[in-house]
Amino acid sequence: MIQIQHVHKRFGKITVLNNVNLSLKGGQCIALIGPNGSGKTTLIKTILGMVVPQSGKILFKEKDTAHKWEYRKEIGYMPQIGRYPENMTVGQVLDMMKDIRKMSEHELDTDLVTAFQIAQIMDKRMRTLSGGTRQKVSACLAFIFNPSVLILDEPTAGLDPLSTEILKEKIRAEKQKDKLIIITSHVLSELDDLVSEVIYMQDGKPRFHETLDTLKASTGTDRLSKAIAHVMSHQ
Amino acid sequence: MKKIIKYVIADILSSRTIIVYTFVLLALSISIFSIEDNTDKGVVSLLNIVLLVVPLVSTVFPTIYLYNSSEFIELLVSQPLRRQSIWVSIFIGLAGAMALAFFIGVGVPILLYSYSISGIILIISGMALSIIFVSIALWAAVRIRDKAKGIGLAILLWLYFALLFDALVLFLLFQFSDYPIESAMIAVSMLNPIDLCRILILLQVDLSAMMGYTGAIFRSFFGTDAGMAITAVVMVFWMGIPLWLSMRFFRKKDL
Amino acid sequence: MNGYLLYILNLCVCLMVAGTSCAATIHIGKQKAVRSIRQAIEQATDGDTLYVHAGLYREGNLQIRKKIVIIGVGNPIIDGEKKYEPIAIYSSHVTIKGLTVKRSGQSSINDIAGIKIYDTHHVTLIDNILKDNFFGIYVQASKKCMFQNNRLQAYGKTEQLTGNGIHAWKSDSLEISGNQITGHRDGIYLEFVTHTDVRNNLSLKNLRYGLHFMFSHDNGYYHNTFRHNGAGVAVMYTKRVRMEHNIFEENWGDAAYALLLKDITDSHILHNTFSHNTTGIFMEGSNRMQIVYNLFQGNGWGLKIQSSCMDNVLTSNNFVCNTFDVATNGSLMLNRIERNYWDKYEGYDLDKDGQGDVPYRPVSLFSMIVERYPTAMLLFRSFMVTLFDRTERVLPSLTPEHLKDDSPLMKLVAL
Repeated sequence: MIQIQHVHKRFGKITVLNNVNLSLKGGQCIALIGPNGSGKTTLIKTILGMVVPQSGKILFKEKDTAHKWEYRKEIGYMPQIGRYPENMTVGQVLDMMKDIRKMSEHELDTDLVTAFQIAQIMDKRMRTLSGGTRQKVSACLAFIFNPSVLILDEPTAGLDPLSTEILKEKIRAEKQKDKLIIITSHVLSELDDLVSEVIYMQDGKPRFHETLDTLKASTGTDRLSKAIAHVMSHQ
Repeated sequence: MKKIIKYVIADILSSRTIIVYTFVLLALSISIFSIEDNTDKGVVSLLNIVLLVVPLVSTVFPTIYLYNSSEFIELLVSQPLRRQSIWVSIFIGLAGAMALAFFIGVGVPILLYSYSISGIILIISGMALSIIFVSIALWAAVRIRDKAKGIGLAILLWLYFALLFDALVLFLLFQFSDYPIESAMIAVSMLNPIDLCRILILLQVDLSAMMGYTGAIFRSFFGTDAGMAITAVVMVFWMGIPLWLSMRFFRKKDL
Repeated sequence: MNGYLLYILNLCVCLMVAGTSCAATIHIGKQKAVRSIRQAIEQATDGDTLYVHAGLYREGNLQIRKKIVIIGVGNPIIDGEKKYEPIAIYSSHVTIKGLTVKRSGQSSINDIAGIKIYDTHHVTLIDNILKDNFFGIYVQASKKCMFQNNRLQAYGKTEQLTGNGIHAWKSDSLEISGNQITGHRDGIYLEFVTHTDVRNNLSLKNLRYGLHFMFSHDNGYYHNTFRHNGAGVAVMYTKRVRMEHNIFEENWGDAAYALLLKDITDSHILHNTFSHNTTGIFMEGSNRMQIVYNLFQGNGWGLKIQSSCMDNVLTSNNFVCNTFDVATNGSLMLNRIERNYWDKYEGYDLDKDGQGDVPYRPVSLFSMIVERYPTAMLLFRSFMVTLFDRTERVLPSLTPEHLKDDSPLMKLVAL
């Protein structure tokens, strides 16, 4: 569904993405993991077109995405830190996004809106929200338009256990619908029962891209965190 | 695009700065017109506001706004929207808000108290300056990531256009006073939109003096249809070129 | 008793004799006995009246050497065909009324005029229309002539190709009133003319000056309007002039002054209005002038006073909405400037005597700069220039120290 070919990105003198080549297919839930500053968020932003690489191509359904915008209709993005116009209310932000995406009300996927009880905070301004509540709003915005690709950057950071469970449940449900889901997270234990593939990034380069089962088999462990630890210690 | 403009304007209005700006202008204009018994003198007093305050606010406010709404812009960029239309919408929203604030704050009192050619030109000039300096602010803000540096650059640009440029012109004048530099001076004045507006208004309120020796040269340029057309085109360039440059930069900017 | 009757009889006879000789009238026109004016003038004797009826008369140069009255009936037109001087008056006591004289010849050697008066006295020109002539009315070496309610119009393009409207040379005791002069070089021109009154004239859109006089002493100019001329009034090398209640308006141009005073002494300029001129009054080498009760409004420069002027008095004038109130070219100032109203004055009047407590300096720094570098006008009203002027007003350094009004009025002078 998404092909990343020879993508190279520098910020000043620092190379953040170094010749990244990846092929991401539908129906997979991919964990994008790696140490801090390994280029996970930059890679995600490159896919979204928010960061423009110096060289390389990103194909979305076989089409080049450079300077295009229509393909983003099919992506739901939940940023690491949800930043919104501070003066707008939750309701206004939701309305604005609906307005931009031009989707009719009955096509919307309002599961999370209901589950997170967003209706109760519709009139609150964004600047008054706690970090967790913000994450809830971000999650709602990522899922509400029923996109075929979901990109979730640290989705559970700041969420309480109950909400984390709701979100994970939702991710699982979406995975069944043959969607491509990309998750970055530091909490590897959470990903165990979610992901089907793992991409491990280091120094701006994907070290490996394998299915979870292969990874566990090759390292002889039954948990993702142990598998990763095994890989890192054997480098 | 219309939608984004709508949200940008709603967002600007909710910040209240612009409303305060409008009311300050309104209060100033009304008090000037009620103190001055002669409306032409009122226009002259307002001229100073237009030439100083309007460029200052129109540069600094949009710069601050852009830095403060970087999240908003980031959010928009991650959505299925063309970057150009995001940027143009932000420009239209800001320029529209600034021009509207000026029109309500200064334009309406002028229309009520001093409905004259000089007044109308002052309104048009003020609105044009609002738009031009929003455009310049956009260019300054898009290039610099750091908020403090960006605002500093905006203030420097304002200082340059409002003060330093005139000092430079005066210096040139003294240096080349032995040469026939009048036509060159017309060309030089095109390099500063504030000067252009000021000269247009001078030709109205100080017509008698401008009919004198050198003034006549300016008048023979700015007073003709061709001269006015060139002036208008130059003003449009002043609105368009910084916007175009900023847009080129914004298309490739990493957020 | 008898003597008295005899006296009356004598008087009657005398009157009858006089009547036959003076009261003859001749009618001229296509349907009249006399067809040409030339023929009528030949027939006429002193004291006759010639009635010229409507029609076009092309008779070359008509010379009047008899004391006659010529009256136009129904607007007769006398055409000089751009070759001749239509009317030349050599006799005293000639009156011409109601004629239209047009298209005189043009010559830069002889000053050809629509009506020219040579070395005589008591000539009266009333209600005539003079159109497209080189000079309009030209009077030389004459006395006690009166020009009233004439309308003069020329269509000159350059100063060289146009003469003056009313031109007087070396004459005395003229009365020029109610005339309207347009499109000539100078509206009214007086040279070596004395004891003359110029009243209620309108001088409009003349190429050079509305009124121009040189070496013409003891004259008075009252209630005239000078509008849109190259310059309003130029007064040169003259003594004892009175200029009162005149209006100077919209005399615009690169060297345009509403009133140019050059080497004028002992004169009065009272109750005049200078409105929207490039320069209100320009004074050079002028001494002992009284400039009182005038209004200077909307001029580029209200008063330009060169440092060659001395002992002039400028008081009780109103300066309103001028770009620059006063300008000068030097640091010397030997004139008295006091108790004027200046609308740019920002001082205060704590003792409430109607006069400001701090002096007003009508010369701004920037006006000095513009005087030297005229192109600097481009920067007028810029923030930097305003800043300069403010500083200079607080700490005068370049502007003439003594050019100031120590008792500026807080309110407009009632004029």
